[in-house]
Amino acid sequence: MDTYSLMRHFADSWALLALFGFFVGTILFVLRPGSRAIHQYAARSILRDDDAPPREDAREGGGAGRTNLSEERER
Amino acid sequence: MNILRMIVYGLIVIFSAIAADWGRDLAYSVHAVIIMVVAAGLLLWEIRSYDEPAVAADRAGYMDGPIRAGVIATAFWGIAGFLVGTFIAFQLAFPGLNFDWSQGYANFGRLRPLHTSAVIFAFGGNALIATSFYVVQRTSAARLWGGNTAWFVFWGYQLFIVLAATGYLLGSTQSKEYAEPEWYVDIWLTIVWVAYLAVFLGTIIKRREPHIYVANWFFLAFIVTVAMLHVVNNLSIPVSIWGSKSVQVFAGVQDAMTQWWYGHNAVGFFLTAGFLGMMYYFVPKQAGRPVYSYKLSIIHFWALIFLYIWAGPHHLHYTALPDWAATLGMVFSVVLWMPSWGGMINGLMTLEGAWDKIRTDPIIRMFVASLAFYGMSTFEGPMMSIRAVNSLSHYTDWTIGHVHSGALGWNGLITFGCLYFLTPKLWGRERMYSMAAINWHFWLATIGIVLYAASMWVTGIMEGLMWREVDANGFLVNSFADTVAAKFPMYVVRGLGGVLYLSGGLIMVWNMWMTIRQPEARPVNAPVPAE
Repeated sequence: MDTYSLMRHFADSWALLALFGFFVGTILFVLRPGSRAIHQYAARSILRDDDAPPREDAREGGGAGRTNLSEERER
Repeated sequence: MNILRMIVYGLIVIFSAIAADWGRDLAYSVHAVIIMVVAAGLLLWEIRSYDEPAVAADRAGYMDGPIRAGVIATAFWGIAGFLVGTFIAFQLAFPGLNFDWSQGYANFGRLRPLHTSAVIFAFGGNALIATSFYVVQRTSAARLWGGNTAWFVFWGYQLFIVLAATGYLLGSTQSKEYAEPEWYVDIWLTIVWVAYLAVFLGTIIKRREPHIYVANWFFLAFIVTVAMLHVVNNLSIPVSIWGSKSVQVFAGVQDAMTQWWYGHNAVGFFLTAGFLGMMYYFVPKQAGRPVYSYKLSIIHFWALIFLYIWAGPHHLHYTALPDWAATLGMVFSVVLWMPSWGGMINGLMTLEGAWDKIRTDPIIRMFVASLAFYGMSTFEGPMMSIRAVNSLSHYTDWTIGHVHSGALGWNGLITFGCLYFLTPKLWGRERMYSMAAINWHFWLATIGIVLYAASMWVTGIMEGLMWREVDANGFLVNSFADTVAAKFPMYVVRGLGGVLYLSGGLIMVWNMWMTIRQPEARPVNAPVPAE
């Protein structure tokens, strides 16, 4: 088979399946149970650390204006 | 290290001096002189500051210097681009404005790429670089990676703009739409872009937030895809190292397909994905509440990047491109409508519970109008990509109207909103100098867009219908010149729309100027000295 037909065959079969599978996979992954807290935490990240980054010695997830991911889960 | 830099600058000065002398064409020689002057200036600066002790940089805060510069550059290039656009709109209405003395430098053909590149790459590009640097620091809770590399990105990008703009006026072009600059300018942009990617990615890697906020995904997709598009579409072999002319590697329909794969994804990733990154940060931020649905924003991201990359062939209906490829582009363009509207709804619904802000906050109103125009042009685009519709719309002013409802409406208004958000923030002012002026800007811009888009719809559909009109014997009724004459009133209206849009921009610049001149309301971290 010439290169064009070979690549065309691959594009029409496995490549298409892989791309489509990846796409469906991302949607399923986004909708997985338990992701809500992570997403809410991420969505609020724009409201933190506006003027300066948190100090080096600030506890991870601590510091002024920062909510903890575990606190987010309890909401 | 200083010595090494001086040697490099010196070598560049010598090389570009030789290039200016041996240059085979005017554009190349002028560019060599520009590079020589820049390198000589850097060399002098390096020599003068050789003995000065290195200033310890404040590495604790965010690096906002290049962002402040980017905000000013965005406003400056915006005005330049709108001004050229308005002038060439009147050149089309009144051909006498192609003055005899300016033939070959400032006629429509030379100014048109200057306008498109000034608004897309200079205005839009500076806005993207500035906002992406702002957003990635805040959402990563980390200072920009790479020290002064961010300054290199800013100044390197300005040099690219100056080389591209002067090149167009002097006739250095490889005749690819939105990719006109010749080979050495392309190489320079590649270097700057790789530095941009490194700064952005480096900041994400050292982030102190567990999750990469969705705006950064859009910015990253924009940076990576534009790098890929730029390199592939500009594969060319220079005729001589002493001249600007180069020969494309691809030919015929392959070249056309590569060009429109590039061209459409320049729209898709430069003007859409990157600006969606702005939208996902600044709209929730200005509204003071998180984005409506974070899950939808992730699905929006993956759907958009999976679909956009295939849509290019719809630019090549009824050409030598195989039908299956054109159909593929058309189908993906139509499917693309869904994620586009998903993103628009996500942005608009962020205001849920705060709808009163549209009435009280002119910046929110700008964002909302911008999203409305995004929705309109992402509906119009898929419709125009359908082969039957395209047979009417292609080569007419309908396309120009579509592009401008997206560019002036979506890209322009969201950028103005971001500038109004950033200016007081970055210079430590309470708010913009005049809220009434923002209102004026909003209405001037909106009415300008309506005049522009409406006149282009009318004239586009009219000329499309006139071109295909045949009499009872099957002969064409109208000559091309008939359609040109019939379009005159709409061309004048379009030019007036441009005048309104430009005046809005001038009001914004005045407002920014007055804001920056106001006394400081709260301290900001001082500009970081050289490291």
